[in-house]
Amino acid sequence: MGDLRDLYQETILDHSRRPRNFRTLADADRKVEGFNPLCGDRVTVFVSLEGDQVKDISFQGSGCAISTASASMMTEKLKGKTAVEALSLFEGFHALVTGKLEARGNGSELGKLEVFSGVSEFPIRVKCATLAWHALKAALTGAEQTVSTE
Amino acid sequence: MSGTSEALKTGPRAEPVRFDVEAIRRDFPILHQEVHGRPLVYLDNAATTQKPKAVLEVLQRYYTQDNANIHRGVHELSQRATAAYEGAREKVQRFLNAASSREIIFVRGTTEAINLVAHSFGGANVREGDEILVSTMEHHSNIVPWQILCDAKKARLRVIPVSDRGELEMESFDRLLSPKTRLVSVAHLSNALGTLNPVKQIIRKAHARGIPVLLDGAQAAARVKLDVRDLDCDFYALSGHKLYGPTGIGVLYGKADHLEAMPPFMGGGDMISSVTFERTTYNKLPYKFEAGTPHIAGVIALGAAVDYVDSIGLEAIASHEEELLHRATEGVLSIPGLRVIGTAKEKAGILSFVMEGIHPHDLGTILDQQGIAIRAGHHCTQPLMERFGIPATARASFGMYNTPQEVDALTEGLGKVREVFG
Repeated sequence: MGDLRDLYQETILDHSRRPRNFRTLADADRKVEGFNPLCGDRVTVFVSLEGDQVKDISFQGSGCAISTASASMMTEKLKGKTAVEALSLFEGFHALVTGKLEARGNGSELGKLEVFSGVSEFPIRVKCATLAWHALKAALTGAEQTVSTE
Repeated sequence: MSGTSEALKTGPRAEPVRFDVEAIRRDFPILHQEVHGRPLVYLDNAATTQKPKAVLEVLQRYYTQDNANIHRGVHELSQRATAAYEGAREKVQRFLNAASSREIIFVRGTTEAINLVAHSFGGANVREGDEILVSTMEHHSNIVPWQILCDAKKARLRVIPVSDRGELEMESFDRLLSPKTRLVSVAHLSNALGTLNPVKQIIRKAHARGIPVLLDGAQAAARVKLDVRDLDCDFYALSGHKLYGPTGIGVLYGKADHLEAMPPFMGGGDMISSVTFERTTYNKLPYKFEAGTPHIAGVIALGAAVDYVDSIGLEAIASHEEELLHRATEGVLSIPGLRVIGTAKEKAGILSFVMEGIHPHDLGTILDQQGIAIRAGHHCTQPLMERFGIPATARASFGMYNTPQEVDALTEGLGKVREVFG
């Protein structure tokens, strides 16, 4: 049961119970649905841009604690960031949850997102943690309307 | 198989005297391991069952002693392989109580069996405006092949609704049967709800209108004593790996009249009697539907699996699993906020549930950390999940080797979910 505390950290449980920015954005410039066909989790990410900057970001959908908390904390993190910064954060986050990057604590670029480092011990849950991020990436690069983890 | 089965020693073959779950467990080497430091509790039998030593040894023996291609070989190994392969067909015939081994077609699994019927039977018999009848609780494998067929033929897929308890709405079924209906294809036992459908009634009503019926037996084959002649189904599809046999092998049973009339599914070796560029004559049943070198080892091992299941007895297995299901249902219902999805009167071996505020995937991870393997997800039944307004369920499914203690471990494990989630 020890590893479970690493995965389900209090911050994650809090965001899964009370997700932030959990709403639609009527004036969103970009809207992309992320879908995990393995479990049926769905998350729609809404982004409104001002120039190259994320002016507002929100999400809707249903998923497990990991995917909901990840989406919630992603929206908190990305408000005000440029598209380039957001994509770089995704790279860092992906490296973190796949165990390629260790949590560094204070002052790291990922900041609070480092609570997801426990995911790396649960490879099957990486897709949960990155679902909203994949949708975000598609939204920022304008690639598709729907992305799938498969 | 002599001397390999602990469970076989407990009683004479045809008449199992006592269901000895500990003896059965000794026949399944995989069960004796720890996962995350806890004894493995394998409750994902609806996804796939574990394999007894009798099956593993047959696979090993085939590849170490008898491996050869079947049917046209003149040499000793080929004759042995052919005899074992055709012997397995007869075992499956007896297992299903089919009238003839010609009615037993080896395929990769239930999915391929249904695709075969959709392609060959559907291709020959379904026209524009015709209807195929399935139900809301079907596995995607019993939906999508019919959608492909209906798209190609401009036919229509009709759906029998499911009640809040997870039972087929039989009045709707009666109304949906029409002169346009070409085939009814339903699950014998629902993989997501555990509902045992009234298949005899369905078959009787469909036959009264001359409509053939396919039963998706993926879940029922390991949990219900089968008699295809008594059921009078036209087609029965099953997977070996859910019946304590290997993956990659399954069975399509079809009444000979249908199979004779149907065109082949795939072309290639073994399904052919003679070939010229002007004209090809197809082989007789069952070979007409077995193109290419089949999964010979898989077939022989499936034969060993049905022998093993027969040695324990499906009635005994069913009654054992009924006790487990009852105990598990009572147990999980003691957990606050837990709701069982699928509360049909007739159920077997499968328990689906959701827990308020906690996604099934999180349940699955927390149980896994305690060595308990369940499945979490939509179970390839997305329309059914939509019917119940849920994205997914957690599902525990039982096998002959599960024990009441394992069921209690599940209940205790679920109790710990609140410890993690607060």
